Amino acid sequence: MLKDQDRIFTNLYGMHERTLAGAKARGHWDGTAGIIEKGRDWIIQTMKDSGLRGRGGAGFPTGLKWSFMPKESDGRPAYLVINADESEPGTCKDREIMRHDPHTLIEGALIASFAMNAHTCYIYLRGEYIREREALQAAIDECYDQGLLGRNAAGSGWDFDIFLHHGAGAYICGEETALIESLEGKKGMPRMKPPFPAGAGLYGCPTTVNNVESIAVVPTILRRGAEWFASFGRQNNAGTKLFAISGHVNTPCVVEEAMSISFEELIEKHCGGIRGGWDNLLAVIPGGSSVPCVRGENMRDAIMDFDYLRGELGSGLGTAAVIVMDKQTDIIKAIWRLAKFYKHESCGQCTPCREGTGWMMRVMERLVRGEAELEEIDMLWDVTKQVEGHTICALGDAAAWPIQGLIRNFREEIEDRIKAQKSGRMGAMAAE
Amino acid sequence: MLRRLHPEQPESFAFTPANQAWAEAQITKYPEGRQASAVIPLLWRAQEQEGWVSKPAIEYVADMLGMAYIRVLEVASFYFMFQLQPTGSVAHVQICGTTSCMICGAEDLIAVCREKIAAKPHTLSADGKFSWEEVECLGACTNAPMAQIGKDYYEDLTTESFTRLLDDLAAGKTVTPGPQNGRYAAEPKTGLTSLGDYESGKTQYNASVQLAMDIKDGVKRIQGDEVPLLTPWIGKDGKVAGRAAGGQPPKAPEAVLPAVKQAAKDAPEKKAKVAKSAAAEPSSPEGAAAKVTEDSTTQPAVEEKAPETLKEARGGLPDDLKLLKGVGPKLEQTLNELGFFHFDQIAEWTDAEVAWVDARLKFKGRIKRDGWIEQAKRLAVGDETSFAKRAKDEGIYKDDDK
Repeated sequence: MLKDQDRIFTNLYGMHERTLAGAKARGHWDGTAGIIEKGRDWIIQTMKDSGLRGRGGAGFPTGLKWSFMPKESDGRPAYLVINADESEPGTCKDREIMRHDPHTLIEGALIASFAMNAHTCYIYLRGEYIREREALQAAIDECYDQGLLGRNAAGSGWDFDIFLHHGAGAYICGEETALIESLEGKKGMPRMKPPFPAGAGLYGCPTTVNNVESIAVVPTILRRGAEWFASFGRQNNAGTKLFAISGHVNTPCVVEEAMSISFEELIEKHCGGIRGGWDNLLAVIPGGSSVPCVRGENMRDAIMDFDYLRGELGSGLGTAAVIVMDKQTDIIKAIWRLAKFYKHESCGQCTPCREGTGWMMRVMERLVRGEAELEEIDMLWDVTKQVEGHTICALGDAAAWPIQGLIRNFREEIEDRIKAQKSGRMGAMAAE
Repeated sequence: MLRRLHPEQPESFAFTPANQAWAEAQITKYPEGRQASAVIPLLWRAQEQEGWVSKPAIEYVADMLGMAYIRVLEVASFYFMFQLQPTGSVAHVQICGTTSCMICGAEDLIAVCREKIAAKPHTLSADGKFSWEEVECLGACTNAPMAQIGKDYYEDLTTESFTRLLDDLAAGKTVTPGPQNGRYAAEPKTGLTSLGDYESGKTQYNASVQLAMDIKDGVKRIQGDEVPLLTPWIGKDGKVAGRAAGGQPPKAPEAVLPAVKQAAKDAPEKKAKVAKSAAAEPSSPEGAAAKVTEDSTTQPAVEEKAPETLKEARGGLPDDLKLLKGVGPKLEQTLNELGFFHFDQIAEWTDAEVAWVDARLKFKGRIKRDGWIEQAKRLAVGDETSFAKRAKDEGIYKDDDK
């Protein structure tokens, strides 16, 4: 198990002093100017060496992303935009950072912005996180007060401002180009790429959009070294990670653990086990609503990292939001609820997604009741394939995958329900 | 999802002075000419002040940011947190219903809402105190099931604790947000499994609850004076990120009037400005229209001259202006309000006068496009146009003549 001294978010639960003084006592804001003095190239190289992969779901290497930003300005300013629009169902990790350990994020923003030649950073919070916004703003105010932000931030010679901005309840604004649109005061509809934000993003200027957790781990990595961070987790899955475990475990929680921890260890150590014991485990969604669910029996030995979950189980680590479902769960209904979510959140720009999400939800609705034909399962599968990969952004894919996961893993459950509905008898599965 | 403005709208909207100051400060966060970025925060503050977003509020924010009304309406209808209908006077209750909460009992909470508040979402309770809706994931999944009421999250709920919560709110009692089962934040309920050494200095509440208890504005209508306005990003020299912050926010209107009245109110000063400018440009409808789409809030491109208007129709018998193609009941009313009742009045408009009228209609460039003057000339002398004949014969405005 990860030791406390190797945890980056030492005030995750807010039980320690939440002020700047408290953050300093825990080792944050230590020698920030010195880190910046080492220069842009050193920072980006160290980030690459650390093996940090973006914590927002896609797992793109953070250092590499930074290196896409123009080295020299062509007269346009550069921007760092921090994606705090945490709304992937199951995910609630950034909230804990912003309200309880905000200085990790603020210091990270300064260093990351310097590395990308940006003097300005916008943090886009989801609108519902009102108290989190207030808490983060209070921390920012304190930093301005102490000279850690503003002109010559933290004595580094770099002028740097952070502005908090918020949305108003649109999941799609977690997509980076939709977020930029929204930040410009428009509807959050994703843009076509290219141009990529690093070329033309916010206000047409070079922009990098990073997840809160990706930025918040930066100062500690740079202070303790790339090797330290890379020493956790398997090759290509380095570091520590915030896991948010919800659903049918005895003690749901958010916890920082080493990457590549086994699912069993994660659940037993921190979550008090599965409700009703391991035999009662039905299914797990290991990375937030967008990744396919996995059957319980395949999960127990699963390694919680990007490559294992994708390669071995056909799912994904996503945001490491683990939703656990025991055998009392109606799995078809649980996935139907996700289909409803995507239907609600589709921005309506691309036809396959706008129409497809509604179509899939309505079929799922009938599958929940068993009022369908067996052929419709394959038809639903076909439709998910027609939505997947045919839209500007990944919301179409994200809507398709949970349903594909359900059909792949729980087909007999669906068939059973349809047969039971037709014959009026309880099916074999339900009788168990 | 289709979201429309509520059929009943208040007369006007204005920020309280403190909210106005707050709003102007927010605008300084964005670079010159990018003040439209502030649209969501400003609309949100309007909702916090009034409980919902009304049409006058949308227009007020649009005017403040120099945006076209439709752009702000687009934003207000796109983002689901904007309530486009009145909400409960005490609170609007939002139950998270997405999978993590659903499998932990959110449906039971919704049942409580149906029973205690209203059978349908977005409907006021009988006493007008509450309204409710099921929302998508609120991002507190390890504390499921949960609800947002006002500014605060109420987590780890049961039907009993949720029912009690609603009763307490209705009775005006102080309630404590956050986990309702004795948990502190998102740690395992049975005790810490990590970070045991960092428990020192633990305050009574987690950060979110602490703020709620300090400010005590959880379900309050926000006036802007609850907390002092801080703008640390504006330097002592009035500069933000190397640019001047002062003078940037466009001046807010005192109170928003319907577009036509607003234009009429502005008319004298506009005319004065226009009169000063020299050489009259020949007006082209395309040019004027293009200018309008570019920036709908600036003065029109063509010089304006006020035409002769009447206080009322001559002999109390106005012409049926709806016989002009392009004029419906709404526009007729507008024209009447401006002081036009007869075809001969319209027939005599000059280019400059057309520009004056154009500036006061919501449909700029329409007069030329639909050829009102030519039509009016014929109608004024008793001729009929093909449209007028059809309009009379078929009574095309009867249905929507409210």
